[in-house]
Amino acid sequence: MILLYLIVILLVGAFLAWIAGKRNPLWSRVISLAALSIDLVLTMSFSFQPLAPEYKWLADIKLDWISEFGISLHLALDGLSLLLLLLTFFLGILAVIISWKEINSKVGFFHFNLLLIMAGIVGVFLSLDLFLFYFFWELMLVPMYFLIGIWGHENKTAASYKFFLYTQAGGLLMFISILALYFIHGRSTGLYTFDYLQLLGTEMSSSTGMFIMLGFLAAFLVKLPVVPLHNWLPDAHTEAPTAGSLILAALLLKTGAYGLLRFIIPLFPSAAVIFAPIGMLLGIIGILYGAKLAFAQVDLKRLVAYTSVSHMGFVILGVFSFNELAYQGVVMQMLAHGISTGALFIMVGQLSGRLHTRDLRKMGGLWEQAPVMGTMGLIFSMASLGLPGLGNFIAELLILIGAFKSSILMSCLASLGLIAATIYSLRILQKVFYGNKNKNWDMNDLTIRERIVSASLVIVIVVLGLFPQPVFNAAKPAILKTLEAQKEKTIPFTESSKDKSSTNNIFFFHRSN
Amino acid sequence: MTITDFLCLSPFLIIAGAPIVIMILISILRNYAVVFGFSVLSLLIAFASIFFIVPAEPHSIKQLFIIDSYSLFFLGIIILSALLVTMLSYEYIKQLEGVREEYYIILFTSTLGASLLAVANHFILFFLGFETLSISLYILIAFQKTKDSSIEAGIKYLIMASVSSAFLLFGMALIYTAFGTMQFNEVGSAIHNQGQFSPLVITGFGMMMVGIGFKLALFPFHMWTPDIYQGAPAPVTAYIATVSKGALMAVLIRFFFNIKGFDNPYFFAVISVISIFSMTIGNLLAIRQQNLKRLLAYSSIANMGYLIIILLTGSNRGIQSAIFFLTAYFVTTIGAFGVISLLSTAKNEAEKIADYEGLFWERPWIAIVLTICLLSLAGIPVTAGFIAKFYIIFEGMKAGLLVLVFSMIINSVIGLYYYIRVITTLFANTGKTKLPLLSFTGNLTLALITLSILVLGIYPGWLINIIVKFVHL
Repeated sequence: MILLYLIVILLVGAFLAWIAGKRNPLWSRVISLAALSIDLVLTMSFSFQPLAPEYKWLADIKLDWISEFGISLHLALDGLSLLLLLLTFFLGILAVIISWKEINSKVGFFHFNLLLIMAGIVGVFLSLDLFLFYFFWELMLVPMYFLIGIWGHENKTAASYKFFLYTQAGGLLMFISILALYFIHGRSTGLYTFDYLQLLGTEMSSSTGMFIMLGFLAAFLVKLPVVPLHNWLPDAHTEAPTAGSLILAALLLKTGAYGLLRFIIPLFPSAAVIFAPIGMLLGIIGILYGAKLAFAQVDLKRLVAYTSVSHMGFVILGVFSFNELAYQGVVMQMLAHGISTGALFIMVGQLSGRLHTRDLRKMGGLWEQAPVMGTMGLIFSMASLGLPGLGNFIAELLILIGAFKSSILMSCLASLGLIAATIYSLRILQKVFYGNKNKNWDMNDLTIRERIVSASLVIVIVVLGLFPQPVFNAAKPAILKTLEAQKEKTIPFTESSKDKSSTNNIFFFHRSN
Repeated sequence: MTITDFLCLSPFLIIAGAPIVIMILISILRNYAVVFGFSVLSLLIAFASIFFIVPAEPHSIKQLFIIDSYSLFFLGIIILSALLVTMLSYEYIKQLEGVREEYYIILFTSTLGASLLAVANHFILFFLGFETLSISLYILIAFQKTKDSSIEAGIKYLIMASVSSAFLLFGMALIYTAFGTMQFNEVGSAIHNQGQFSPLVITGFGMMMVGIGFKLALFPFHMWTPDIYQGAPAPVTAYIATVSKGALMAVLIRFFFNIKGFDNPYFFAVISVISIFSMTIGNLLAIRQQNLKRLLAYSSIANMGYLIIILLTGSNRGIQSAIFFLTAYFVTTIGAFGVISLLSTAKNEAEKIADYEGLFWERPWIAIVLTICLLSLAGIPVTAGFIAKFYIIFEGMKAGLLVLVFSMIINSVIGLYYYIRVITTLFANTGKTKLPLLSFTGNLTLALITLSILVLGIYPGWLINIIVKFVHL
């Protein structure tokens, strides 16, 4: 039942925050903080459970919803969703805190939307019914659209449209695929259901499987985003208020990655293998192209937005490498990128709140006035470029090693991304904190509230970098389960294609066990 | 005439009797509130009487009427919609100059026409209902005598509807020539026996389709829609968009399934083309509208395009999905036009999208209602429209109509664009609204509508169960 409460608390909190916001803005901030903190504590209670070596759900709840279509309210939690929930609530709390001073108009409605997005994200991470999953997937959109469209910066309207239309189009294609899967499963077994666990073993021809998978991919790759579909991201991230950018980069993108791990690989094991070379290639294009564009930006926020494109390239590269190392890397990357990029967006918010510009050409030499902020910037830029000792290093290293097992060429190309990351990350530091003063800014350093926020992020990223083992332990059962489903299904395929891949395994894809 | 016949006709008798009583009331004492109250009461009684018929169905009266679960359900949603429109009309009509009580008389006669369509099993009753509905609508559309646009819309509708009636009538005559019967099921079995369609029959059906297409505002007979939606008083627009179209849809579905049109390749192709074009053109033309009523007019063209997909599913489940879709669409559309009616004054019709700028910050309640209605039209989760669209897509996929389903999906994305444009305006930061405050009946009706949209969106299981259990053709 706790899983349902997690969502209900957020929904109730959302309405309370809205109503209370009319009386006093402070109340809605406090209510949001309280709702998210309660959820964080509730979720933490799961993490003390001893992890069984064999795979099982930590919590599972199934209620009837629309029985006529075989739709149920099926929520379940495993190690993977637990990690993502912890990230969600932690960053949700930070999002409320950083909006404390930034959001001054329509405070109640702001927090209403914020909590509603959180509810959608939590739902996505917990749903085990495909219809329910789609329901929550769409539920995130409208409040996010409002968040960008009402509290955003100059070009907010265009950015919010773009965001909505891209994600909605992807979502609808996924919806068709969900229905197709439902009917195929229903016809072959006589059991019409949207339940994920039932649909797992659905038999279908390889071309059908491919088409259905592409529908799912459309939704997840737009969200992730992958390069030809990334167009909405820079605009949406740049125009959103800081809390919005934080949620977009740190959480919404993760729903795409989560979808790949939870749905694409287990539901379409054989189609995924066929798609894998393309998937990895898209990942590499994303890594390099995102990095190049990040380097070319003069708008600091846009720069950070493009780094997300680059970092998410590693995720798709890892997902289509099909081995444990890569998957551990992907999970770590989801967490570490959430923290580090979120932190960079927060820093941009702090800067533009003081300077009222995000133009890199007008900044420079700010270290003198704001050494604490500079230090934070240094740490998170280092995280972004993958410095050992910080979470991102572990994530990217594992993904590269995992990808190396699958395709040496792809892995080598992807490692170029680390160099590119160094270039753009150092550029942030040089243009903002070092170098000549382009203008005499009168600004103060971080306040206590901001220091707490940044310090907590630093602690998390360092802990992830130095003690990653708990994360691995938590994610391991889910990852093994995913790989298991994948292996069982694709044995005929891999055996028949083994000759090809062994003769030329630099270019062709093969799986090592 | 047996007792059962009489019982089965009771809703019609009530709806037909109410205007006579109102006429008498007016001649004794002309009091707006009394007439309004009586109308609401009569519609409630008419609705309640449906429940007494349920044990008697299925039942046919002579060759004309067929009272089955399908027609009763339609009768129910038609009467409920008429009730909602009546409640939303209260303030709007009250502000008009001159006589106003007659509005309710005409509303009843048009509802009578619409209800007859729902139970029609015969060309004669079909045409009678069709004409009763049309003629009443001419008057309703042109009810604001002092306004040019209203008169213009009335005349436009008069010409269009007369032409469409002529087509319909001629089509019926041709089919009668071919088969010597005017009963739907007999026409159906005659076609079944013949095995194929003769040119005469094809022409006949084609002409009937023109007549019906006009009323449903399907492509290529959709041109009149925006002008008439814009010119008519807002509650009447709500009525045309819902009751009039729903009743026609009821008779179309019954007829189409009786003749098994989905088995005929010509019909299949024609309906597919009409469906795809209706949704595409409706959505594309809606994008650039600056007038909310016109925008909703184009959106209704698109919605009818989605709906006729189910004609091709050829299954009872398809019909059930259409009924759910119509229910959701009725509630949503009446809600959207209801907001327009309640915000309109005698001088200023609240139809420009610009009028709604920043409405949310000054009148959050009504802006939320409009937002929910628009999101429901766009098919976003938590609203009735989402489940309705899902249901249609679901049945379409089941029947293997992939092309139609795909074009519906693509169109949903296009549709989203203009709905969120209106929503963006509602939430814009600037603007001081000049729109009036709401009355109690208005608030009550909107609250009911919003509640039903959300209930149907979050927990639709109960209605779907009712429909699946009871409604068969």
